[in-house]
Amino acid sequence: MLSIKKLSSSQSSLKLEGVSAKFDKGKIYTILGRTGAGKTELLRTLIGLDESDSGSIHLDDIDITHLPIRVRNMAMVYQQFINYPHLNVLENVAFPLYRQKINKNDLLKRARAALRLVGLSDFEERMPAQLSGGQQQRVAIARAIVKQARILLLDEPLANLDYKLREQLREEFPRLLHKNSDGIILYTTTEPAEAMQLGDELIVMHEGKFVAQGDPLLLFKDPPNLEVARIISDPPISIFEAVISDGKLSFMNGFRLFTNSLNGLKDGSVKVGIRPDSFELGGDIPAQVKLTEFSGSDTIVHLRLPFGDATMLLDGIQTINTDRTLKISINTKHLLIFSPQGKTISWRTN
Amino acid sequence: MTRLYHIIKYVFLITWSLFVVFPFLWALSTSFKDANAITSGARYLPWVEFKPSTIGWSSLFAGDSQGINIIDPFINSAQVTLIAAFISLVLGTLAAYGLSRYKFRAGFVKNSDITFFFISQRVMPPIVLAIPFFLMLKEINALDSILGLVIVYIALLLPIAVWVMIDFFESIPRELDEMAMIDGCTPVGAFFRVILPNSIAGLVVAGMFCLIFGWNDFFFAFILTFTETQLLPVAIVSLNSSVTPWWSLSAFALISVTPLALVAIFVERFMARGTLAGAVR
Repeated sequence: MLSIKKLSSSQSSLKLEGVSAKFDKGKIYTILGRTGAGKTELLRTLIGLDESDSGSIHLDDIDITHLPIRVRNMAMVYQQFINYPHLNVLENVAFPLYRQKINKNDLLKRARAALRLVGLSDFEERMPAQLSGGQQQRVAIARAIVKQARILLLDEPLANLDYKLREQLREEFPRLLHKNSDGIILYTTTEPAEAMQLGDELIVMHEGKFVAQGDPLLLFKDPPNLEVARIISDPPISIFEAVISDGKLSFMNGFRLFTNSLNGLKDGSVKVGIRPDSFELGGDIPAQVKLTEFSGSDTIVHLRLPFGDATMLLDGIQTINTDRTLKISINTKHLLIFSPQGKTISWRTN
Repeated sequence: MTRLYHIIKYVFLITWSLFVVFPFLWALSTSFKDANAITSGARYLPWVEFKPSTIGWSSLFAGDSQGINIIDPFINSAQVTLIAAFISLVLGTLAAYGLSRYKFRAGFVKNSDITFFFISQRVMPPIVLAIPFFLMLKEINALDSILGLVIVYIALLLPIAVWVMIDFFESIPRELDEMAMIDGCTPVGAFFRVILPNSIAGLVVAGMFCLIFGWNDFFFAFILTFTETQLLPVAIVSLNSSVTPWWSLSAFALISVTPLALVAIFVERFMARGTLAGAVR
C-alpha cells in the first residue's frame, strides 16, 4: 500500500498543499483536475523528482520520502513522449532492465514481451525519431511497464495524441495497466470521461488539494461540492443563482422550476447545477442559441436563458443556427443544489 | 520570382566563395613559385604564366640553408592544442552540465554569475592577460614549455567549451535526465549514459572551436615561448625576415591549415542539427 500524509511541495509554480491519501495495490487511481491543479506536482513529488516541503510518503510502511529516485520502485510516463534518442526501440524498452543488472536473455525476453503488449514488435530496430507520436508514447509506456515497478505513474499520457489515437489507446489502457495486479497505478488527466473509464477510484484535485475521492460513478452522481461538480462534468455543468422560498425554487427573473415543494431545503439563496443532458428540446423556456459545436457524435449547444447562460447536450449531429431562439425544458431528476458556499445540499421533491 | 531568387542566391554564393577560396588559391600558387616568379609581379597560372618550382615545399622538409624546421613546431602545436582542447572539453562539459542542471548559490553569486565569469575570460583583451600569464609561468618554471602553454591554453579554451556546451545542454530536455534516473541511473549515470551520448553534436562543435582557437593562437605562443617550444603560427611568422621566402611561407601556411580543414570535413556531419530528434515530442 502507498500512503501519503500531509504532503506539501512548492518546488514549481504549481503547489501541492498537504494532501493525504491511501492507495491500495491492484487498483487504478485516476486523478482528475484542471491544468494547474497540482496533478503533475503530485506525481513528481511521489517519484522524488521534486523534494517535498513537508509530509511523508510510505510504501508498505517503509518511509520513502527522502529516498533517491532510482530506488523508489516507481515508473513514470510523461505527458510528452520521452524516449532516449540514441537508442533503438528495443534498447529503449530494455534500458531500465540493464540498470537492474538482469541477465541479457531475460532482459531481451521481457523487453520483447513489453513491446508485444503495446503492439510494437515489428519496430524493435527503429529509432524513436522514426516513429509516429502514438508509437513513441507506446515505447515510453512499454519502458514503464517492463520495470514491473510497484507504482506506475502516468501523467496525462494521452494528452498530446490526436483524437483517434487517444480513443484507441484509452480503450487499450485497461488491458495494459491491469497486467501488474500487484501494482498501484496513478493516472492523471484533465478529461472526466477518461478518468471515469479508467479509474477504479477517482481523486479530484483543485488548487493543490484533494477535493474528493471515491467511486467515479458515485462522485459523478453526487459530487460533494460545486467545484467537484464543475471539474467532473464535461461538457460543463451550468450553474445558476436561485432562491428557495416556501419550498419552491425560483431563478432570477422569477422563473420557477418546480411546481411541487422541495424537501430538505431551507429558505434562502442557493446555487443550482444543471447537467448538459438535463436540458431537453421542447418546453416553455426561451433559449437563444449562442454557439453550436460538435463533440464526437453529439452536439453541444451554448444557450442564453432568461436566468443565465447554459450548455445543452443533444444526441447526434444537429445543425442549429446561431441567434435562433429555441424552446427548451429542464429535466429536474438530476438537479444539483449547492449552498452559497458551494457545498452540496441533498434534496427530494414531494 | 523563384528563378530570380535562385540567380541572386547563386551570384551571392559564388562571389562569397571566391572571397573565401582566393587566399588559399593564391597561397597554393605562390608556394610553387620561385624568387624570380615572385618578384616579377602577380602571376596566377603555373606553366602558363610561370614555371612551377617545388623549392617552397622541399625547403620545409629538407632543413636546408633557410633553416626552416616544420616538424618540431607542428608537433609542438599538435601537442599543445590537442591536450589543451581535450582537457578544456572535459572540464567545460562537466561545468556546463552542472550549470545547466543544478542551481548554485553562494552569497550573491548565482548560476548566471558563474557562467558570466567563464565567458568574461574571453571578453577582455588578451594583452591584459599576457603579463600575469608570463609572471605566473615564470614562477613555476613553465615559460617556453609545452606544459606552460597547455595551462594557458586551457584557461583560454575552457570558456569557449563552457559557453558552447551550456547552450547545448539547455536544448536537451531535462525530462531525459529525469527519465534516466527513474529508470535506475544515478545523476552521474544519467549524464554519462543518456546526456553525453546525445551531446555528440555539441561536443564536436565545442571541440572544433577549441581546436581552431588553440591551433591558430599566435599572441600567447609568441609571448610565452622563446626558442625551445616554438608553435606553428610563430614559426611561420619567423620566416618573415629581410628577404622573405614567400614560396616557403605559403607552403608552410597551407600545411598549417590542413589539419583543421581535414577535421572540419570529417566532423561536418555532426554539425547538422537534429541529433535530438525523437527525445521529446
